[in-house]
Amino acid sequence: MGNVPTTVKHCLSYEQLIHDYPWLRRWLQEEKEIVPTGVKIQLIDMLSGTGLPVIEATSFVSSKWVPQMADHTDVLRGIHRAPHVRYPVLTPNMQGLQDAVAAGATEVAVFGSASETFSKKNINCSIDESLLRFEEVINTAKERQIPVRGYVSCTLGCPYEGFIEPSKVAEVAKRLYDMGCYEVSLGDTIGVGTPGSMFKMLESVMKEVPPCALAVHCHDTYGQALANILTALQMGVCVVDSAVAGLGGCPYAQGSSGNVSTEDVLYMLHGMGIETGVNLAKVIEAGDFICNALCRKTNSKVAQAKGRTQ
Amino acid sequence: TPETGHVLPEKVKIVEVGPRDGLQNEKTIVPTDTKIHLINMLSESGLPVIEATSFVSPKWVPQMADQVEVMKGICRKSGVTYPVLTPNLKGFQSAMKAGASEVAIFGAASELFSKKNINCSVDESLQRFDEVMKAAKEAGVPVRGYVSCVVGCPYEGKVAPEKVAHVAKRLYSMGCYEISLGDTIGVGTPGSMSEMLEAVSREVPVSALAVHCHDTYGQALANILVALQMGISVVDSSVAGLGGCPYAQGASGNVATEDVVYMLHGLGIQTGVDLPKLMDAGAFICRTLNRKTNSKVAQATCKL
Repeated sequence: MGNVPTTVKHCLSYEQLIHDYPWLRRWLQEEKEIVPTGVKIQLIDMLSGTGLPVIEATSFVSSKWVPQMADHTDVLRGIHRAPHVRYPVLTPNMQGLQDAVAAGATEVAVFGSASETFSKKNINCSIDESLLRFEEVINTAKERQIPVRGYVSCTLGCPYEGFIEPSKVAEVAKRLYDMGCYEVSLGDTIGVGTPGSMFKMLESVMKEVPPCALAVHCHDTYGQALANILTALQMGVCVVDSAVAGLGGCPYAQGSSGNVSTEDVLYMLHGMGIETGVNLAKVIEAGDFICNALCRKTNSKVAQAKGRTQ
Repeated sequence: TPETGHVLPEKVKIVEVGPRDGLQNEKTIVPTDTKIHLINMLSESGLPVIEATSFVSPKWVPQMADQVEVMKGICRKSGVTYPVLTPNLKGFQSAMKAGASEVAIFGAASELFSKKNINCSVDESLQRFDEVMKAAKEAGVPVRGYVSCVVGCPYEGKVAPEKVAHVAKRLYSMGCYEISLGDTIGVGTPGSMSEMLEAVSREVPVSALAVHCHDTYGQALANILVALQMGISVVDSSVAGLGGCPYAQGASGNVATEDVVYMLHGLGIQTGVDLPKLMDAGAFICRTLNRKTNSKVAQATCKL
């Protein structure tokens, strides 16, 4: 099966859809319901009891752009922080970082893109300009001994540019890593990647960033996520991002799925004998809770299968 | 060229089971004309093998009662084969009369599954197929063998890889040219798949093996990838992911052909399939069944 690691640190990215990007704003503005703060807190608390080591809690973007995350301070202050669990938050700029620190954040994350067009269309600046902005955030975070995670979007394809050169992904990943991000999460933002393109991209990135500092953030829009994650594992990646119940659709394909479900990822990892420290049954419970609260069906096939065979 | 650091097959043969396995497991019974139209559309999409129907008694499988009309009604494209299921000699004879030129038989890797479903032990079921094999040989008709419950059984739970290997070997030595290994309830993962395939490939040459993965737990594509990495180059799938899981009400069953083809093409593997035409066939049958597709590729509207 290849050189698959024996343990995988599992990052749960709750509501990974939250970035300070106009395309997300448009999508969110179409969302009829804003999830109440109490529900978010309860979800995070349930996830904290599952064994997940990292739970991305909220985003310190302006509530003008992302009203879904307007309660970022209340959420961060309201959750019960379990020992041995980390709660990173997104901080797109200095203002966000300051607010995050004031609210008690102990880990932050910044987002870069591997596509110039995506960067320009969504945050109105080039990749280089965005990285300069993040450099300020990273340096300030470093001074306060706050670890920073870096994300690269569009690593396997861009809704505007189409194919993205693996070397470009490697370049952006390297910049983030060299600036001081302890880990770089490589995102297949529109889920178009396959094991073929995943392999080529990782081969390129691994020339610049050590595998132990890499994570994959696969979207399941074309059903390829688990196969792509398997490929990444076989290449030595041992950090995987996912979302409970597969929350978070694809803004580029109305009605399509986005994030891969944590439950489905765990089922695969455990089936391969890989340790994650996570209790799948408890994650399924958390997924049930949030789906009921959102009045929606789960995107997790494992949850669907288990739910029906009582 | 290795696309993922593993040596993968250059070509993969896709066995399209939608018209039979898919439709048999759908709640709605589809009119004969619709089935014929679906099979014709699939033939145009480049699929090399399309399982057309099943010669079981309509008493047991009413969805396949129109087996003869379907067989006689489809346009057989040159270079495409249209195997049919034949659970016994009677079914085989009806299939021959209706013009079938390839047939398939089924064995289970789980004793309990065999008893619960066809009221006899695995060995007894294989003996029953002896007659079919003999008749097929005499008629010069190739036979494909299916093994169900290869990684898990709804009654027994885990299934021993050695048992799967034993059944696969029996079918192969009886004369089946190919053995399709089915994860009937979709519980397999790359871990259990590779363990099972290792055991089976010690008894049956890899070139004679196929995988029939169900996506009930979302594991199908990862399982197929592992099978390809182990040298398997025949994959069963169902257009639009037709055919739910009878053991998990409402859960998915067959893996969607569109999603499999998307992955294979992304790996640089040739299939001969035209994905847009395949998607047209999927859209057609879903409209007719008044249901949403199970294919994620079909659901996505992103264009790259």
